[in-house]
Amino acid sequence: MFKYFKPNNLLKIINKTQKFIFVIFLIIISIGLVEALILSPEDYKQSDSVRIMYVHVPAAWISLGIFSLIAVLSFGILVFKNKNLSLITKSLAPSGFVFNVIALVTGSIWGKPTWGTWWAWDARITSMLLLAFFYLMFLLSWRVTDNEEKAVKISSYIAIIGLINVPIIKFSVEWWSTLHQPSSVNIFTETSIHASMLLPLGIMTAAFALFSLLIFLMKYNTELIKIKNKGLDRL
Amino acid sequence: MINEVLYMNGYGLYVWSSFAFTISCFCILYSVIKIQLIKEQKRFRARFESLETDKIEIAKKQETYKEILATSSTSKI
Repeated sequence: MFKYFKPNNLLKIINKTQKFIFVIFLIIISIGLVEALILSPEDYKQSDSVRIMYVHVPAAWISLGIFSLIAVLSFGILVFKNKNLSLITKSLAPSGFVFNVIALVTGSIWGKPTWGTWWAWDARITSMLLLAFFYLMFLLSWRVTDNEEKAVKISSYIAIIGLINVPIIKFSVEWWSTLHQPSSVNIFTETSIHASMLLPLGIMTAAFALFSLLIFLMKYNTELIKIKNKGLDRL
Repeated sequence: MINEVLYMNGYGLYVWSSFAFTISCFCILYSVIKIQLIKEQKRFRARFESLETDKIEIAKKQETYKEILATSSTSKI
């Protein structure tokens, strides 16, 4: 399985797909912005402020998804001692962190007209803030030490410990009484959001996912070149 | 029509600032990662060109080096 993760193969794929993903991303985000800002209807209760959902929710989903993936791959790093997996987790983290910040900031902006406050220490917001700290610790772990093996271990443990926070974020609205409403979009049960709002939400989620993929590929490319740069000394 | 889109029933400031913040974050993140990539490609090319002739030949035979050299001269995006 790991032959697909060989630098040669990955570098070829990255170089071929980057431009294509960038163009597709621009097309999808343009459609998504028109849908989210102009075509989608206003909410009967929240009026036009509901449009913030189209950036807030996809950002939260993607940041959670990326962290979960980093944590799962971190298990792989510790078990299989695969260096490529650590490069992948390192390259995934920047976009995950930025999406986490976007979710927090847009959530705060949405909170003002909806709840009358920029910030509240409710379970969902606090656990999302905690996720941002885990991301930050993960990113900083690569900078605090020059010993790469040590950095890989520290970052992997941070990701695995941080994984405990993921179900807390997901189920916080059910476990505690929070300002957030229960989930409107469900995979296994009926979705309570109207199709006219679900469409822009889906398009924006696709655009955000493509952007994180693009950033991941560029970052991974950079990390591979860094390694190969060091390799030139050993020729 | 334009006024309606901008004003958004009094929520325009909140909605537009959220979208502006998101797009700004995208632009900053993309620029930072792109600059890092270009810097690393330039560094690689400079170091590669400073190698001795026989070492260049060895490096050129390796697939990964070929890929980096192929993309480091011109930006793909």
